[in-house]
Amino acid sequence: MSRAMRLAGLEPLTIGDDALFVNVGERTNVTGSRAFAKLILAGDYAGAVEVARQQVQNGAQMIDVNMDEAMLDSKAAMVRFLNLIAGEPDIARVSVMIDSSKWAVIEAGLKCVQGKPVVNSISMKEGEAEFLRQARLVRRYGAAAIVMAFDEKGQADTFERKVDICRRAYELLTRQADFPPEDIVFDPNIFAIATGIEEHNNYAVDFINATRWIKQHLPHAKVSGGVSNVSFSFRGNDPVREAIHTVFLYHAIKAGMTMGIVNAGQLGVYDDIDPELRERVEDVVLNRKRADGESPTERLVAFAETYKTAGKHVVEDLAWRNTDVEARLSHALVKGITTYIVADTEEARRKIEAQGGKPIQVIEGPLMAGMNVVGDLFGAGKMFLPQVVKSARVMKQAVGHLIPFIEAEKAKSGDAGKPKGTIVMATVKGDVHDIGKNIVGVVLQCNNFDVIDLGVMVPAQKILDVARERNADLVGLSGLITPSLEEMAHVAHEMQRLGMVQPLLIGGATTSRVHTAVKIAPNYGGVTVYVPDASRAVGVASKLLSGELKDGYVAEVAADYEKIRVQHAGKKGPPLISLAAARANALRLDWPHYLPPRPALIGRREIRRADLAELARFIDWGPFFQTWELSGPYPAILDDPVVGEAARNVLADGRAMLKRIVEGRWLIANGSIALLPANSIGDDIELYADEARKSVALTWYNLRQQNERPAGKPNYCLADFVAPRDSGVADYLGAFAVTAGLGIEKKLAEFEAAKDDYNAIMLKALADRLAEAFAEWLHMMVRREYWGYASDERLDAAGLIREEYRGIRPAPGYPACPDHAVKAPLFDLLRAGEIGMSVTENYAMLPAASVSGFYFAHPEATYFAVGRIGDDQAADVARRSSAPVAQRAV
Amino acid sequence: MTTTDKTALLQRLLRERILVLDGAMGTMIQAEKLDEADFRGPPACGLSDHTHDLKGDNDLLVLTQPAVVAAIHDAFLEAGADIIETNTFNATRIAQSDYRLEAKVRDINFAAARIARERADAWTARTPDKPRFVAGALGPTNRTATISPDVNDPGFRNVSFDELVAAYGEAIDGLIDGGVDLLLVETVFDTLNAKAALFAIDEAFDRRGTRLPIIVSGTITDASGRTLSGQTTEAFWNSVRHARPLAVGLNCALGAALMRPYIEELSRVADTFVSCYPNAGLPNPMSDTGYDEAPATTAALVADFAANGFVNIVGGCCGTTPAHIRAIVEAVKNLPPRIVPVEETADAAA
Repeated sequence: MSRAMRLAGLEPLTIGDDALFVNVGERTNVTGSRAFAKLILAGDYAGAVEVARQQVQNGAQMIDVNMDEAMLDSKAAMVRFLNLIAGEPDIARVSVMIDSSKWAVIEAGLKCVQGKPVVNSISMKEGEAEFLRQARLVRRYGAAAIVMAFDEKGQADTFERKVDICRRAYELLTRQADFPPEDIVFDPNIFAIATGIEEHNNYAVDFINATRWIKQHLPHAKVSGGVSNVSFSFRGNDPVREAIHTVFLYHAIKAGMTMGIVNAGQLGVYDDIDPELRERVEDVVLNRKRADGESPTERLVAFAETYKTAGKHVVEDLAWRNTDVEARLSHALVKGITTYIVADTEEARRKIEAQGGKPIQVIEGPLMAGMNVVGDLFGAGKMFLPQVVKSARVMKQAVGHLIPFIEAEKAKSGDAGKPKGTIVMATVKGDVHDIGKNIVGVVLQCNNFDVIDLGVMVPAQKILDVARERNADLVGLSGLITPSLEEMAHVAHEMQRLGMVQPLLIGGATTSRVHTAVKIAPNYGGVTVYVPDASRAVGVASKLLSGELKDGYVAEVAADYEKIRVQHAGKKGPPLISLAAARANALRLDWPHYLPPRPALIGRREIRRADLAELARFIDWGPFFQTWELSGPYPAILDDPVVGEAARNVLADGRAMLKRIVEGRWLIANGSIALLPANSIGDDIELYADEARKSVALTWYNLRQQNERPAGKPNYCLADFVAPRDSGVADYLGAFAVTAGLGIEKKLAEFEAAKDDYNAIMLKALADRLAEAFAEWLHMMVRREYWGYASDERLDAAGLIREEYRGIRPAPGYPACPDHAVKAPLFDLLRAGEIGMSVTENYAMLPAASVSGFYFAHPEATYFAVGRIGDDQAADVARRSSAPVAQRAV
Repeated sequence: MTTTDKTALLQRLLRERILVLDGAMGTMIQAEKLDEADFRGPPACGLSDHTHDLKGDNDLLVLTQPAVVAAIHDAFLEAGADIIETNTFNATRIAQSDYRLEAKVRDINFAAARIARERADAWTARTPDKPRFVAGALGPTNRTATISPDVNDPGFRNVSFDELVAAYGEAIDGLIDGGVDLLLVETVFDTLNAKAALFAIDEAFDRRGTRLPIIVSGTITDASGRTLSGQTTEAFWNSVRHARPLAVGLNCALGAALMRPYIEELSRVADTFVSCYPNAGLPNPMSDTGYDEAPATTAALVADFAANGFVNIVGGCCGTTPAHIRAIVEAVKNLPPRIVPVEETADAAA
């Protein structure tokens, strides 16, 4: 269980170390909101309660309540207001921040709140003894505390002072007051910048740096601050203040700021700020020295004048709105802006109509011109997949608007616009993975291909029927799991049998040029082309449909694949040794001197509705960028000079959606584990129903490496890591299946209905990440608790991703156990059906965002690749399992 | 055995097996059909001339009919309970004010603890391999600190946090002086009341320089899955977690069947032992005990919780008799206790 600040109103609010930013509503504060102060001073508590309600409705996850006003009995006002909101379920559901500079007011507030609130704040300004006394009481009342960077000498302004005070306070709290570190929230003081006073220029930077330092050096402590202070010198100029808050938070959150007291309605999106304004604000917030020697403050002040009277929406630079409609469409496509697209498309349609043109010409003219710019930028590596998919979303909405007009026109003239070509695409039978296929579809559509997407688990018959009915120019197949490779070969074979001639495109994570050349292309007389990623799809498809280029390209591919086949036939890989020799060189562990840890849990256990917020902490973001075809290791990719910006943006979008997934409970994550007695018999592993080890619950037929190994290296088989039955050692093995994809259809349907491929793909990608994270988290729980052999293991998320723990969890279909077929009995054993999971006839897991496998606990257990196996082993395993091996390592 | 040894023993046993709490004291007392004179007790108790009716003040019986209370404890211990509760559900100044017995509160708590202690020790001596424990029961009182009793003034409260802390403090001192092994803050329908009890406990521990294990047991009042004061199960746990209780759980209100999702949720979120002692089904006014779930039924439902790894401590609330407890003991005896999730330690941070 992760260490987290666990707050509560009527509902819980968990804030872990990697939690997303928490908004604390600031309007119920008499010092911050004149309107609220007026209501309270007038005794209009009903009106004041409405302010609180609005804050919660606007997304505040906590509300800050402050009654520090000279004209007020602050204590009585605090008690009255807290008692009143306690009776309002739609307010009381969030937790409260009891805010006062007077301890007596705070204490009175603590006596009114049934949940777990946050005290704002305590500090060392009256010395250590009083600080500790208050801290002990805060804990006794059951609250967390904001600790201001304030000591006997005053409020900390510089980085050094902030850090010194926070460190001292942390040590006092954790060592002397027994205060839980996760319930400490530091407020390292946000002061106004750009005041014209030189010493103030670095205040924001000092806060951000102190935040980073606290997160790095004071385990589990959180950071908060009152954000509005930072822009105080621009009061009266809301657009500029908003930009300052947004830029400041962008950097502070990156440094680890956990929560902030903000006006949720006064926050923008970093990327949406007018770049000119943003640059100036950033210079001021980050206190950057300018090469031209100009003062950043003066530059911002001068620029701010132009914003002074402007309303909120003007912060966005709308200069592009003043250009002609073609330029606007192009801009919207390149920038991925959907706001005005329907109006602009309509304007372009009328313009063309006025010139006697047809609606289709809007697509063929300005929209395609815009998409060509996108295509060129993408081709030149200046735009990246996530942006292109956003562009596609704009394009789809524009086309969606035009379709009724085009249909009407078609009905009138019998003429239709001509796309470049029609492609039928599908994820093959038995496979459910479609993220890559969908991306390719989007990119092709952007390039004016007519894409007929048949979805997932599509039988060969259906693909080919549709291809013929619709007179498709191309057929595209996709798949992720290895059995799909065979299915693709089958489709190719069927195309040959039916006498089809359309080019066949092959894509998907396990496909390759070699596999396509060697295993798929020979089945089909037409051309078969491997498409490595979405960015190549347009080029390949265009060439195949071009009168001039097609023949040359086909000949080129054919020659290339022939060369591969010759090389492959000649090479045949390194020589294999016989199965008997491989077994003779098995890994032999010292079983007589090994006592296998007995699992604390023996049997099956379900985990239903795993906490998504918790799982989110375990996400390995690396593969997320691969999904979006952005290459580079995470997190270095974020600072990559070429793809860095695209990576940051897609990560920001991903994190934002992740937050919505977690808060909106879009997905349900269920899992099942079973820890059972097990022994190996030769290369097989038997899992037993109970400790009697008589009744076999599952036999797992494993494969052994048969390549020639360097001296001293064994020919591994997973069975080597489990005690042989005849050793008499009572060993154990675990099994698991987890999914994070339950319930995904509803949101996907919403996105798809809105022609929003970008978010649909994003959601699937995040579900995949959550499923992997779930597997990671559950493996940790198994090591620490259910099996319990590493109960003192304490690794952070990065350590987990680096696999710095004892034991492995190989998954069927992966290199150590390439045979997928065991998933069927595995799912039966785990009764995965009861938690909403199943496997297809080709052993793809449903929902698609799922992971399954086995747990090995032996310290020597390691991942390896079985690689190619000999016919002798293929025959042997077929005999053992008395059924042909569905999939063999290639 | 010192307090510290007792606590360590209790923790060790909880890791080894599921412990069983006793059943309903109130139900058993009701079955005795005591009258006003029985409640007032022999003249030596000095209540013959008390101005208020005392019938129904079950807690008072520890002073006026100690043998009745001791016999009920014996029946539950005989049925196999590992932990028995003192007969003090209403023994606070606030609840006793209904009978004008505020002055007896300390005596009631002390006597209740002594009786339970004596019976538990007698059974520990008889079955040394099955040590018995006494839990000092702290009920919710009959007022709520979070809910206004006046529909016209939602800001009004008829009891304050400070009054609750004072009332609980007095009861706690009596219970600890009388020798309880742990304290049980039970039937929490308003978490603010419970927080006051926990505050008073923490104060008492500081004052006395000793600490005892605490169990906090909430009550989900209806199928909405919330406490009377509106909290979800997880929010309830978050709100009492600062007291670092030995166990957190649910009791009363719903029978076991309807309690399942909330016990499951608590089991998922609580990084401490989990307890559960449901009523014998939903109330049935036609039944003698007010509840009519058969022992085998209650036991089967509780055993399902255990088999799914949700619980460490089980027992019964309203309507559960020694027969229910015996059936529960039997049903869980071979089932492993729930494994408590551990929270990562502070120094594990990156």
